Amino acid sequence: KPVSPSADNPFYTSEDLTPFQDATHYNNFYEFGTDKTDPARYAGSLSTSPWSIAVEGEVAKPGTYHLEDLLKGVDIEERIYRLRCVEAWSMVIPWLGFPLADLIKRFEPTLNARYIEFETLVRPAEMKGQRSRFSTIDWPYREGLRMDEAMHPLTFLSVGAYGKELLGQNGAPIRLIVPWKYGFKSIKSIVKIRFTDQQPQTSWQGIAPNEYGFYANVNPDVDHPRWSQRYERRLPSSLLKPSRIKTQMFNGYADQVASLYKGMNLRRFY
Amino acid sequence: MDLRQFERRLGKPLLFIVSLIPLGMLVWAALQNQLGTDPVKTLILETGEWALRFLILTLAVSPLKAWFAWTVVIRYRRMLGLYAWFYASIHLLIVLTYLFGWDWVIAKEELAERPYIFVGFAAWLLMVPLGLTSNNYAIRKLKKNWKSLHKLIYLIAVLAWLHLAWQIRASYLEALVYGLIIFCLFFQRLKKVYKRC
Repeated sequence: KPVSPSADNPFYTSEDLTPFQDATHYNNFYEFGTDKTDPARYAGSLSTSPWSIAVEGEVAKPGTYHLEDLLKGVDIEERIYRLRCVEAWSMVIPWLGFPLADLIKRFEPTLNARYIEFETLVRPAEMKGQRSRFSTIDWPYREGLRMDEAMHPLTFLSVGAYGKELLGQNGAPIRLIVPWKYGFKSIKSIVKIRFTDQQPQTSWQGIAPNEYGFYANVNPDVDHPRWSQRYERRLPSSLLKPSRIKTQMFNGYADQVASLYKGMNLRRFY
Repeated sequence: MDLRQFERRLGKPLLFIVSLIPLGMLVWAALQNQLGTDPVKTLILETGEWALRFLILTLAVSPLKAWFAWTVVIRYRRMLGLYAWFYASIHLLIVLTYLFGWDWVIAKEELAERPYIFVGFAAWLLMVPLGLTSNNYAIRKLKKNWKSLHKLIYLIAVLAWLHLAWQIRASYLEALVYGLIIFCLFFQRLKKVYKRC
């Protein structure tokens, strides 16, 4: 489907796109190393075909699904989203993919499915960062969403970007995009989806629970303990034009998602 | 001119120039637009790391003297220490300019709320009196006190390391390596203190 950007359409922001080169060479994907340039350097070793996803838990149709089968009959559309990293930088990226809700419906979750948990591939032979002895992360990388968040029309599964297939450093062959949450929620290279009745423990919650919450909604009023979230650097930035901009509540998607958190203390559920 | 003469005459100018190379490379990279997608972050990380490296080199002088009887190195300690201060000052200036935008409200808040920023700033602040008294006039004037004052470098090194370690996210390798080096350099002094007791 062609993109039709407009001011009031949350699926397409009209802000300047981050150049392809920057979006593919400045990444956090610790499976390939902790430096921002590591993923671009080392993700070439990742083999993404064949690829299958295990579906478990509270669903009528559990099983291991081949990615090709999951993508059959799916309408690939483009979304231009802001991406806000918890480290206070941001980008604007044109993703290709489909709503997560479309996929979830096919597995027929039961009434007990209140949360959904994701896991990233563990393959140390191809993922250099997983061989590091100094990593604070207990692989596999895990993320999760509440069911209503997962079913929200903004929540997206991406298989491509910039009109091309997704590159390893961006989470090939399939990754999550939750544009109103900090980037680390948007888990990459997904191999497992589990439906549960209990809130799953995410990787970053396990590493530093006082710094990373389950929700991780972009919120300029709740600082990360080690840095402020009030501003962000829109990348690419330059020394002459630092492009420091104010961070928006829910990364600018408040009109669409604020109702999900009505009555919740966002300082407590950060 | 033999090696000793060469060292006497050209050692200091050479070290002065060599120590400017990291800065030169950063400026060059900035002009070529080669600092990456987030040049501010690159500059902050690089200048901070060079400040710590010069601090470690400064601290390494006296153990090197003790372990290998390299008495000549002592002549270079002052310049190494001043370069540590120099790189730390650039680091601070970049943070003030690009992260805080010279907004004192933000700067104050960051300082009060974030321990790693506080210890980093404290390390720089403690370097000020050391830098200002790094001249023969001050050494003569301060006499015995000069030595006590310059023992602050141990505290500065610990604070600088904390500043780094507090920012660990996904890997503790770097903090571990620097920590081990600093520990080794402290070790020789601890032994001396222990012997004296």
